[in-house]
Amino acid sequence: MLSSETAQLWLSTAFSLKNFGRVFRIVRLIAFYAGLILLWHLVYKAEIWPSYVLPGPRPVFDQVWRYIDNGILFDSVYATMQRMFIGFGLAFVIGMSIGIANATIRWLDETLGGLVHGMQSLPSITWLPLAILWFGLSQTAIIFVVVMGSLFAIAISARDGVRNIPVLQRRTAQVFGASKLQTIRYVTLPGMLPSIAGGLKLGWSFSWRSLMAGELIFVTAGLGHLLDLGRQLNNISLVMGIMIMIMIVIIGLGADLLLFWPLENWVRHRWGLAAA
Amino acid sequence: MSTFFSILDAVRPDRPRTRNAENPEATRRSDVLLSVSNITKRFKTSRHDTMALQDISLDINQGEFICVVGPSGCGKSTLLNLIAGLDDPTSGQLVFDGKRVEGSGADRVVVFQEAALYPWLNVRANVEFGLKIKGTPRSERKDIVDRYLELVNLTKFDKAFVHELLGGMKQRVQLARALAVEPRMLLMDEPFAALDAQTRDVLQQELQEIWARTRATIFFITHNVREAALLGDRVFVMTPGPGRIKAEITVGLRRPRDPDTHAVVDFAAEIRSALQNDEYTGRGQEGNFAI
Repeated sequence: MLSSETAQLWLSTAFSLKNFGRVFRIVRLIAFYAGLILLWHLVYKAEIWPSYVLPGPRPVFDQVWRYIDNGILFDSVYATMQRMFIGFGLAFVIGMSIGIANATIRWLDETLGGLVHGMQSLPSITWLPLAILWFGLSQTAIIFVVVMGSLFAIAISARDGVRNIPVLQRRTAQVFGASKLQTIRYVTLPGMLPSIAGGLKLGWSFSWRSLMAGELIFVTAGLGHLLDLGRQLNNISLVMGIMIMIMIVIIGLGADLLLFWPLENWVRHRWGLAAA
Repeated sequence: MSTFFSILDAVRPDRPRTRNAENPEATRRSDVLLSVSNITKRFKTSRHDTMALQDISLDINQGEFICVVGPSGCGKSTLLNLIAGLDDPTSGQLVFDGKRVEGSGADRVVVFQEAALYPWLNVRANVEFGLKIKGTPRSERKDIVDRYLELVNLTKFDKAFVHELLGGMKQRVQLARALAVEPRMLLMDEPFAALDAQTRDVLQQELQEIWARTRATIFFITHNVREAALLGDRVFVMTPGPGRIKAEITVGLRRPRDPDTHAVVDFAAEIRSALQNDEYTGRGQEGNFAI
């Protein structure tokens, strides 16, 4: 009797706690992935497929651990992320410049603007043959592919971002006698941020895809190369382990958390926009 | 009333006394700040050829409060843009402070109807914007911004962001931002049109006080005749198609004025009859006026 009353009290307190919802969601998420691994393990134990087709969670984990332990995995993550940041950084600078130029100079928009839209429709991996012929099997070639993969998406969203700045905000700068450079610095760049956030995310995911595709073909260090190594060694556990690692790298290190969440949060706070 | 102004003169001895509410003729003799002569503005596209302004001439004196009343499409905003230097006239010329108007500049600052503040800046930084463009040293900016925030009663809200402000507060920020660069002329493009009636009353009152303190020359566009009678030294009445000045009414009333006194209401009625009495009332424009 007493214990049931205590339980009721505890439950009502727990439910009334403000952060109960958040704790519950985290617990549910952990339970979901634990269940998924358990399901995987059960399917493996049922021996429907041989273990060289579907390995269990344990050998996959062992493989990943081996590659963590011998340092190759970290070297690969480092090599991949380095290409990613160099490539995306270049694409960001070039894409923003093209986008802002297109938005401000009418004749440029009418000529280069159409070409940018056309280039955007190319799947980024189609730049790879060209890159190999131009730069050989080198770091430059793979960074080129990453740049071309995201450049146009960033340029298009930068252009739209500038165009979306309310006319009166630009005219205000003019009224106070701002020069072209001052207008870009104090109005265009901050004003385009709400629109650019989406374009940067899109560009980031394009870069990431072209980078993985490129690394699969290249004989250099990197996560894509590890995947291909697993295929050559016929090591299914390694292949699956690296795929899981790639997902974790994307989720943990990747775009949303580190790069774009702060930007979106800032925009939301300043502009007073509802959560997207 | 005269004591009130003489106190102001004592406070600001460096500025000439250019305005005398009890004797409008005194205003006429003072310096001309802006001279608009024979302005025509034509907007030509492949489909339309619109005469927005035709043969506009007017002089605005130092320290005067000018109101322009007219229905939508009469070219009053076009005229404001020409004065601001945001657009060029098709013919005729504007002379501001002895120089031909060529392009915009911080000596003629515009207060827009809405949406002209920067959402990524807080109130303080918005007010600071014009000073930053002008190149005022950082050390001086803070004091100037403080002074103008106080003038528009927003000292407590200096850290707020634009989306957190009510409509009337946004217009006060715009006003402070414009005044902070100490322009020779303040151009106001229907600044209170989007506000609710109570807020508009308060801001009209505040604008009268601010004008008395700063002695800025104000060019104020409105479609509200009562607002024009309340605020203006002189009121220009414009008609559309093509945009022309139809009448000029001198409002010789003491300040500060109360919107509910008979004198103001009478002037409002006079402005309204000037707007309505002839050819264009038949074109369905009469619905645009509020008293």
